[in-house]
Order: sequence, then C-alpha cells, then structure tokens
Amino acid sequence: MSLVDVSDLTVEFGSLRAVDGLSFRLEQGGALALVGESGSGKSTVASALLGLHRGTGARVGGSVEVAGIDVEEASDEELRRLRGGKAAMVFQDPLSSFDPYYAIGDQIAEVYRVHARVSRRAARARAVEVLERVGIPDAPRRSRSRPHEFSGGMRQRALIAMALACTPDLLIADEPTTALDVTVQAQILDLLHTLREETGMGLLLVTHDVGVAAESVDEVLVMRHGRAVEHGPVGTVLGTPGETYTRELLAAVPRVDARRAATGEAGEVVLEATGLRREFGRGKKAFTAVDGVSLTIRRGETLGVVGESGSGKTTLGRMLVGLLEPTAGEIKPGGGVRPDVQMVFQDPVSSLNPRRSVGESIADPLRARGERDETRIRGRVTELLERVGLEGAHYDRYPHEFSGGQRQRVGIARALAADPRVIVCDEPVSALDVTTQAQVVALLGELQRELGLALVFVAHDLAVVRQVSDRVAVMRRGRIVESGPADEVYDHPQDPYTQQLLAAVPALDPEVAARRRAARRELAAA
Amino acid sequence: MTGFLLRRVLGAVVTLLAISVIVYVVFYVTPGNVAQITCGPRCSPEQVDQVAQQLRLDDPLYVRYWHFLEGLVAGQDYSTGTSVEHCSAPCLGLSYQSDQQVTQLILNKLPVSLSLVFGAMVLWLILGVGTGVLSAWRRGRLSERLLTGVTLAGVATPVFVIGLVLMIVVCGQLQLLPFPQYVNLTDDPEQWAWNLLLPWLSLALIEAAAFARLTRASMLETLADDHIRTFRAYGVGERSVIGRHALRGALAPVIALNANNFGSAVGGAVLTETLFGLPGIGQELVHAVNVVDLPVVVGMVLVIGFFVVLANAVADVLYAVADRRVVLA
Amino acid sequence: MSEALVAVETPGAAVPGVSGAGQFWRRLRAQRAAMVAAGVVALLVLVALAAPLLTALEGQDPNTYHSSLVDSARGGVPIGSLGGISGDHWLGVEPQTGRDLFARLVYGARVSLGVALAATIVQVLIGVVVGVSAALGSRWVDQLLSRFTDVIVALPLMIMSLALLAIVPSSFPRPVLVALVIGLIGWGTIAKIVRAQTLTLKQLDHVAAARLSGWGTWRIARRELLPGIAAPIITYAALLVPSNISAEAALSFLGVGVKPPTPSWGQMLTAADVWYQAAPQYLLLPAGALFLTVLALTVLGDGVRTALDPRAASRLRVGTGRKREAKA
Repeated sequence: MSLVDVSDLTVEFGSLRAVDGLSFRLEQGGALALVGESGSGKSTVASALLGLHRGTGARVGGSVEVAGIDVEEASDEELRRLRGGKAAMVFQDPLSSFDPYYAIGDQIAEVYRVHARVSRRAARARAVEVLERVGIPDAPRRSRSRPHEFSGGMRQRALIAMALACTPDLLIADEPTTALDVTVQAQILDLLHTLREETGMGLLLVTHDVGVAAESVDEVLVMRHGRAVEHGPVGTVLGTPGETYTRELLAAVPRVDARRAATGEAGEVVLEATGLRREFGRGKKAFTAVDGVSLTIRRGETLGVVGESGSGKTTLGRMLVGLLEPTAGEIKPGGGVRPDVQMVFQDPVSSLNPRRSVGESIADPLRARGERDETRIRGRVTELLERVGLEGAHYDRYPHEFSGGQRQRVGIARALAADPRVIVCDEPVSALDVTTQAQVVALLGELQRELGLALVFVAHDLAVVRQVSDRVAVMRRGRIVESGPADEVYDHPQDPYTQQLLAAVPALDPEVAARRRAARRELAAA
Repeated sequence: MTGFLLRRVLGAVVTLLAISVIVYVVFYVTPGNVAQITCGPRCSPEQVDQVAQQLRLDDPLYVRYWHFLEGLVAGQDYSTGTSVEHCSAPCLGLSYQSDQQVTQLILNKLPVSLSLVFGAMVLWLILGVGTGVLSAWRRGRLSERLLTGVTLAGVATPVFVIGLVLMIVVCGQLQLLPFPQYVNLTDDPEQWAWNLLLPWLSLALIEAAAFARLTRASMLETLADDHIRTFRAYGVGERSVIGRHALRGALAPVIALNANNFGSAVGGAVLTETLFGLPGIGQELVHAVNVVDLPVVVGMVLVIGFFVVLANAVADVLYAVADRRVVLA
Repeated sequence: MSEALVAVETPGAAVPGVSGAGQFWRRLRAQRAAMVAAGVVALLVLVALAAPLLTALEGQDPNTYHSSLVDSARGGVPIGSLGGISGDHWLGVEPQTGRDLFARLVYGARVSLGVALAATIVQVLIGVVVGVSAALGSRWVDQLLSRFTDVIVALPLMIMSLALLAIVPSSFPRPVLVALVIGLIGWGTIAKIVRAQTLTLKQLDHVAAARLSGWGTWRIARRELLPGIAAPIITYAALLVPSNISAEAALSFLGVGVKPPTPSWGQMLTAADVWYQAAPQYLLLPAGALFLTVLALTVLGDGVRTALDPRAASRLRVGTGRKREAKA
C-alpha cells in the first residue's frame, strides 16, 4: 500500500479550477516535491491531503488516500486522527502558525494530547523531547517561551517538532523555508533530511524553489495550472528535463556559480557615499542599522548589495535615494551634479497607488518637475510604457489589472521618468515567480546598457545578485564584510561569513547538493 | 513591567489634569456673565456682585484655576455669609444651591451609581461575550442569524427606550417587579439586587449588544488566522479551537472596548438613573445642570472623568497582561 | 467540522478592471439587508424633507394646541379611541396639549436627522484634520495632538454635552448648538482611526515613490493618502450617524437638548411614560421611530463597511456570504 495515493484529483474554488486531474503516489518513506510557480495549485494539493478543504466551499473531485484512509470518504473523527497523527503539516510562516498567546511547549503538548491518551505532564515531557530532537538548545526552558520570543529559524524548528510529536508516517512541508534566510534554510533542510533518515517517514515537500527540491527529495512533480507537467526522479527531471516548461523553468533559475557575461566598461563615478551610519530609536532601544558603509557607484555598472534579513541593506538603499537621512556620513554626487537617484521597490502591490491609473503614477516625476503640456506628458509616458515592454494603451489602467511582473515594469517606468543616473532596486524581483524574475532582470540589464544607468541591486538572493552585478558588497549587521568584483567574491570568498552564505545556497544538481550537505555536516561537527 | 505601570499612571494623572483644565476653562469662561448665570435670573445686582466676589471673578483665570487645584489637594475655607466653613481636601467647592460641599454630595450619591454601573458591567460582559462566542461558533446556522438579529436590535435601541419599555412592561403591565427604589447594599443585599435588576438590564442590554458584535467579529478574525489553521490541521477539535485559541485572541479587543465604552456606559447610567429615579450622580448632575449649579456640574464631570480615566488605565494594564507583546514592543 | 481556510493561490493574470466606486456599489447592492435599510433611510430623509408638505396634506401643524380634543377632567387624556386617532389627526393627539402627533413626529425626524448629520460632519472634519496632522506632523505635533485626542476620548460625550448645553445662553439656536456640542466632543475616535490609517499608508512604497518624484507633503497627503483613508472614514462616519441620533434623543430626553416647542423624539418620550395606558401611541411612536431610524442606519453602516472592506465582509456577514464574495 502506498503512503499517499492521489488519483484524478480536482479542486475547484467557485469557477476557478486550482487542481485539474492530478494523480501521483508516494511510497512509505519516500520523498516527493511538488514544484511550481504561484497559481500552479501545489499548496491546494497539500491541503487536500489532510482534507482541509472540507467545509470551505471548495469542490473536491477524484480520490485522495493517505496512510490507508480515504480522505474524501473519511468521517470527521477519522480525519481528525489522520491530521497530525498520521500525516503532519509544516507551514510556511512559522510565526503566524503558532498561537501567539501560549507557550510553544504547551501548544505541542496540546496537539500531542489530541492523539495520545496521556497526562498533561507526559505530554509536556514529550514536547520537550521533540524540541530537543529538532535541535532547540535548552529545550526544557525554551518550551515555556511564547512564539515571538523565538527567532525565525527556531520557530520553524519548533513547528517541525510539533509535526514530529505524534510520529507521523508522512510529513507535508508547505514552503517550509520560504520565509527564512539562506543559512537558516540550509539548516532546516538538513534537519528535515536527518529526520527522514532516522524516522523513515515520508516527505511531501511543496516549494516554488527548484533548488530546495533538489536538496531534499527523491522525486519531483512539476506542476503548472493545476496539472502535472513532468514527474520523475529528481536527477532526471532536473538534469535532463523532457518537457519544454520544465526546461524554461530551469533556465530561468539564476545560478550562483554562473559567471556573468562581460558588460561594458564602467564610466565616471556618479554617486559616492562615505561613512554612512543610521541609527533607529533612542535610549535603550537604539540600534544601528547601518554602520560605517562607504561605496562608490559608476556610470553603467551594477553594484550588488547582498545580505540576510537585518543586515541593513534596505536601510542603506533608502539612504542612497534620500528617503532616509543618514545619522552620520555623506552622500555626494560624482562630478558635483545632482545625483537624480530613483528607486524600484520590492512589493509590486504596495508600490503603486491602487486608486490612480498607472499612467498617472508614471507621470508624477514629469508633473513634479513642472511639465504642464498634457500631450507631451502622455507621449513621454507612452514611450516609457513601451520601453519597459508594456503598451501605451495601458496608461489609463489601474494597478490591479496587472500581474506582479507587469507592475514591477510600471515601477521601473516610473523610476525612468525622472531621468535618473542611478536607480536603486530594493529586492525588485523577490516577490516574483522565477520566470518573471528572469524577464525583469533582463529588462534592467537592457535599460542599463542603453541608457548608461548605474544600478544598485539590493537583494537577499545570492544567485540573482551574481546574475546582475559587476561588483558585489556583502553586508552583515550593518557593515560591509566583503566587497569586490562579483566573480572574485563568488569564486574566492575571503570572509568566513561570505563562505558560509555561499555554502548554504541550494544546488540544482542533487549530487552536488548531497556533497554540500556532507560538507556542512563536517563543518558543524568540527 | 514596573516602568510600564509607572508610565501609565503618570499618563493618567496628566490626562486628568488636562481634563480639569478643559472643564474648568469651558465652564468658567462661558459666554455671558458667570455670576449672573450662577446666581440665577432673579438675583439683584448686589447679589450678583457678591457671587462674583465669591467666585473671585476679578482674578485672572489661571489664579482661579490654581485655587481650585489647591482646594482639591489641601482643602479650602468658604465663607457662607454668616459662618466660615472648612471644606477639607479633596475640595470641589460648595453648591450654590444648597451650600453643601460638592465632595460630600458626590460621596453620598456615589454608591448608587457604582452599584448601577458595575453591576451592569458584569451583566453586559457575560451576556455580550457569551453571545458573541456563541454566534461565532454557530456561524452560518439559523441560531446565529437569530442572535445577530437580536444583537442588532439591541445596538439600535437607545438605553432610555429599553428602560422605558422594560419598566412599563415588567412593572406596569405584568407587575412582576415593583417600580425600582434604591436600597443600600449594606442594608439589604437581596432588595438591593431586586431593585437594581431592571436598571442593570436596561443599561447592560445595549452595551452587551456592542460586545457581542465585537466579540463575534474579532473571533471570526482570529479564526481566519494561520495558527487556527495549524490546530485544525493537527486534528484539534473545534471546541478547543474556538474555546481556547479563538477566544483568547478575541480577549484583548474586548478589554479595549470595555475601556472605550465605559464613558458611554456612564452616559447611559445618567439616563438610567433619571428614568428609574435612582438617586445617583447622574440624576444629581441632570438636576445641577437644570439649575446651573456650576461647582456641582464641574465636580461631577471631573469625578466621572476620573473614573473613565481610571477605567482606561486599568484596561491598558489588563491589555498588556493579556497581550504581553505590547509591553515588549 | 473543519472550516479551515485554505489559501487560494492568486492566479497570475489579474482580474479585469472595475473601478473602486463601481465595485463598492456592486458589493453594496449584493446585500439585501443593507438595501432594505437604505430604502428605509431614504424614506426617512424624504419624510424629513417633506415635513411641511405632509402636514399640510393632513391639514395640521406641530404646534397648535387643541384643548377640545383632550379630556381635562381626566388629566388631559385624549378624547376618542386609541389616543384620538381620526381623519384629522392621523396618529392621534398629544395628551394635555392636544397637539397633532403625526405633525410632531415628522418634524421630529427633521431635527433628529439634521442634528445627527451636522454633528457627524463636524466630527469627521475635526477628526480628519487632527488625525492627518498628527500622522504627518513632527514627533512633537504628533505627541501633542495624540494626547489631546486621548483626553477628548476620555471625556464622556453624554456628560460633557449635558453639562455644556446647560450653560450656553438659550438665545443660541438650540438644534445648531446640540449638533455643535456633539460634534465638538465626539471626534476623538475618528481622529484616532484616521491617524492610525495614515501612519499605515505612509509606510507604503507608493508614498515613498511619490516623495522621490519630487512632490511636497501637501500634494502627497491629497493624492496618495486621502483616497486611502476615505474608506475607513466613510465606514466610521456611517456608524457615527446612528450613534449621534441616539445622543441627540438622549439629550432631549433629559431636557437639555432641543427645547420646546421644537418637536423632538427624545422630548416626546420624556413626557410619554405616564401616558402609556391612556395614549400608548404617544410612547410607541417616537420610540418606534427612533428604533427604526437607528436600526436602519446601523444596518446601512454595516453594509457600507462590508462593501468597502471585503475582508471585514467575511467576518460581519451572516453565513454563506463568502462564496458570493469569491465570485465577485
């Protein structure tokens, strides 16, 4: 009997068909990844395995069998025994996945007591045991802490501990590392791997990140529009993909080990920052987000700024464009000209005013400069829209009519409208699917070549930064720990932190991934 | 935690001072001749002068306010024409109508109002939160629609309409209860409760409706949270999900609303007292307003303000305890 | 058993365009209760506006005494059945004075709605100015305005209005005064809401983008922030109107609101409780009118909130609403 047997599964929300005739099996102890971009229906499948669609108004067709239980036919009581007892789920956002008001240990104990007839005390002991199991230091004490007192990685560990509490046969992990920094992501993936080896439970991993899948599973199922595109062993699907979509998907994934094609020479210095420092808060709560950062940006080049959350990279970007005043240090335009720095923002939803047409938003810098001639404004905006790959007729449309990638293009057009010499891109592609990501990155490169723009590319994704940057600065805790030409930094990292970051990036090749994991283990054991 | 408490108490004191300034300024710098208003329309010019003197109307405003504060802290002597009366701290002045000390007047009436408000508060919290939880639980079913309808009607009915209808139906038509007459709690607790039953109900019903709506809304909001999904995905039963996790999340907003609505509840208490003829602060305030007895009005507004600020401070502390993240933030 | 919410992955393609206002009306129209309430409110407004016309139709006015219609021997009970209902006096007459109840009721609607609306406008104006200034001003401006707002919120509306109304000379037009007093004391909550919402909006990237475009604070407030806070303002204002109606009625009930001879529902209730047996409609009419008005306005306010904030929709709406929303 298979651990999971899904046949001809269909899930519909109203008129939207999220999953469309999907079939797959997962054997005892096996590991399968559902990989797909947003809207592919992969998370919907994960929810269907636990019968979470029951009572929501979603229509489910086909059959789902998990650990011998027909999820669609099962009684509420049977379903409750399945959930957590035989198949446990690990969610994406570990902070909101715990009740903020109760201690982590109590929440795990509560779940355990649903499935095991034990005393409160025994359940508490079990909670501490599983917390220890997932590597929470000082588990007996930490089990009394509430979720907000944990770091993101620790919370994700605790969530995995909750899943382990009832020794399920199947672990369903829905984007378990998406909210985490790359070094923490590596730790969590390693933990999942170890647990699988030791307990022999099956793993169903839902992820948008092909690299994460390559690190963790034996089999991959690529999904698109609710259907299976390609299904097979991870090495085959990622190594020699049979379907066009899979090939496109893989081609779009930025590689951390690929050198960037040589670009034109960098020109004169357009922006120079020295000794930038920024503090937030006062008194005891004061902390320094950016501490003594100096950098220069030249015409026609891209400076990549890479760092994990809390490294101060966004604060640095906001100071460069003048949205934040530095506490100390100064920003000088090269050659004494006003620098004209613009910004492309991370979130394609909040960066456009939902109540104004995109044309009006793009026209803002023109109007602010005093341009009054409506025909000239419209003409220029149309030109910009076409320049970023949209249509001039999109002038009167509103942001909600565009997809994320299109909105990001609008954001780029708006930045261009001010005729800037420098554009700071703050995580411009992190909210986008990988194929869209590649298109936006390509557009930025084109514009740079044509207009001789200087770009500052702020991102957490090491591979994307390598893909676009001539020079790279690695930030940690407000300081630049290492900087230099991109190839040098990536190929021969000097700083231990940079080395650690690079070692944590998931590899697309399962064999490389296995080797890296072994190396990480050795490093940890040493 | 200590720092937080200290800050909160300090904030409450500052708020009270600000309220006293506003109230003092508003009432003693009114359009028209204060002395004339105070003395009443039938006063002779001499009498008006005398009142003006007594009010120190010749002094600048801040001096008068300072005297007022002094009286609050240290007490004050008043000449009532024939004798000098000492008004001990906290002194809120003398009533123009009866020459009684305002503080004393308020203290006499306070037990009635406190009995009314706090009794009703117990009732509205139980009724309101209970109804809210029930309707969140039974969402989409007939019982929930029924509850929603009833609470909506409750929200839409002014206190004095509920009170009037209750009084007429229960006391007048059905004669289940006698018309309420205040009995001291210390004299006869049973009679105290029976007589306050209708006032409690009329004051509590409308507030309970507001709480039911809020509890329901914030429980449904919590029910949509990710952590609720976690517990459901782990097979935790609906009773525990609602009773333990959703209710816990709804608690903080309920506490906040209780503080916010305390002021409006006090307003409702004035109406209730007037309607049922309960000799509390509210009734006295309406009387004082009608005869323009300014010291009494100012004193009562300040005392009521004191209780509202106190309620808010207590709620803030409770809120912080209910949601520890507030303190940490 | 399970009502778990499953995240529907947003499809890549965006929904075809509907403007904000169009969406609002469609969502509002989808709610039957709100539409009924809107009908009732429209009727009430119409009655209030057409009060002189309606009374002319009846052939009465609100202030003429008809001592012949009350039995002075029995303390002024209206003569005739059901409190003196007749072809001349559609809803009977007032005990003791014999004034026409229908006329007083429809003129009362004028006072009730007019005062509540005016008070709401005052509250919203002050609340928006204070809230926006606090959110956009410097740290000190914010501190000052926020503390002041706290103090205003702490002042019990009823108590303050009660006290204030007592000391203002009676020469001041009473309904205007009542509206002003309620408006001047009751703006605290809306100021807090506006401040919080503005602070949230201020963090959004499109506001930062507008700053980078080179616009000044005033223009950004007008173009980027005000449209964003409009929804919560409208929502809260819609719920303020019924509460202001209650407040006006309460003040008039206590005898400090609108003064005789101007008719007002609250006032009618004050006198009515002794007459409930002899002339029940004297009590029931203003009570019913008040109840109906506040209920209709509250339901309409809820509807407006649901239409403006679809997230709130699933919380406040009864039962099956979510599926309908999913399609919209």
